[in-house]
Amino acid sequence: MVQNHRILKESPSQTAGPYVHIGCTPNAAGIGKPWAEDLGATMITGAAEGSRIRIVGNVIDGTDGIVRDAMVEIFQADAQGRLKSADEAADPHFTGWGRCACDLKTGVYSFDTVKPGRLPWVDGKLQAPHVTVWVVARGINIGLHTRLYFPDEEAANAEDPVLKRIEHAHRIPTLIARAEGEGTYRFDIRLQGGDETVFFDM
Amino acid sequence: MTTKPPGYKTRDRQWHPPGLTPAYKTSVTRSPTRALISMPTSAGEEAGPVFGHDILGPMDNDLILNWAAPGEMAMGPRILVRGRVTDDNGRGVGNTLIEVWQANAGGRYRHANEGYRAPLDPNFGGYGRVMTDAEGYYEFRTVQPGPYPWPNGMMDWRPSHIHFSLFGHSFAQRLITQMYFEGDPLIWMCPIVGGIDDAEAIKSLVAALDMAETLPMDARVYRFDIVLRGRRQTFFENRWEGL
Repeated sequence: MVQNHRILKESPSQTAGPYVHIGCTPNAAGIGKPWAEDLGATMITGAAEGSRIRIVGNVIDGTDGIVRDAMVEIFQADAQGRLKSADEAADPHFTGWGRCACDLKTGVYSFDTVKPGRLPWVDGKLQAPHVTVWVVARGINIGLHTRLYFPDEEAANAEDPVLKRIEHAHRIPTLIARAEGEGTYRFDIRLQGGDETVFFDM
Repeated sequence: MTTKPPGYKTRDRQWHPPGLTPAYKTSVTRSPTRALISMPTSAGEEAGPVFGHDILGPMDNDLILNWAAPGEMAMGPRILVRGRVTDDNGRGVGNTLIEVWQANAGGRYRHANEGYRAPLDPNFGGYGRVMTDAEGYYEFRTVQPGPYPWPNGMMDWRPSHIHFSLFGHSFAQRLITQMYFEGDPLIWMCPIVGGIDDAEAIKSLVAALDMAETLPMDARVYRFDIVLRGRRQTFFENRWEGL
């Protein structure tokens, strides 16, 4: 016999279910008598630095059907590459975290945010500008982590340590948002199928 | 030492439910078929949103009163849910936000897409939130939710449960799970619970009845502790803040 490491096990995940809106976005879902504003509804709270962008997209299932009951959260650096809880100098007018329930009719999610600056990788070299994306929904047993990269950052994307880790390079475009008009980027998240979005265990 | 702290321990994906659990039918078309790409946590995962106690209203952790008309209360078995949030090293996760949502005592959710014939309780909304204290302890008051039928198998009923959303101190710790109640026979029949392979993992989601803490002639107490993934530790002189 040997000593016990006394490490606890993480509480197992369970699906957020179809009614995740009750707890997380009651205002957006029209549930009524909610808090003044849903958490994560506003990322830009004042004169934030950097260029304003809008991220829009759909979550799509393995039958090409639009998932209308998903909830998407994003977390990102501010325009200078600073993170809210890690850097005291982080932009005071930018939260870095957003949450949006997909529209119950169209399934569209959207975020008004700023284009993020670059963050260091574990070896200190810079990653390409990216947004961490987390998706939960009915039918998703454990939240799915992915990343949104930008189509107008080709040089940085080419040297990004996470993108370079993807052996099947033809899947990298699933992580690169599509420019859709001035300052708008479309990022569709395909849960399953031939052009399935790359998801990470991080 | 000025190198960065050594990041978060990898999730045990054999302990969590996998993406595809066919008895839970919706998972069939919503689970990735390609392997997840593994990578260490880096700066963007090791920080997370920060919430202050100022976002909390006085009734946010009291679901019996936070929707009720003045002088009214929600109907159902009155309970307190108490517990502690720690990381897997056993350290309390203090000042972190917990969001909860649930059906009413009859198993009916207050949601536009919900059509179960059990009635709404006019005095029950079904959501709340609470911040852990400095040591990771939390408590909220509610009514015990009822089980409800759902369109999966023809005779599937969810056990009584409360949904929990946890932020921890970093985006790497983000977790949504469900709390079940000690003694409920539906737990062991449920395809959502059954997506978890290990019976010990299932038991870790079942809150224990704590009669010793019961408020006499008022409310029973259920104890539900939650564990979030922890950082790898750097021993001895290289301890990082918070470790």
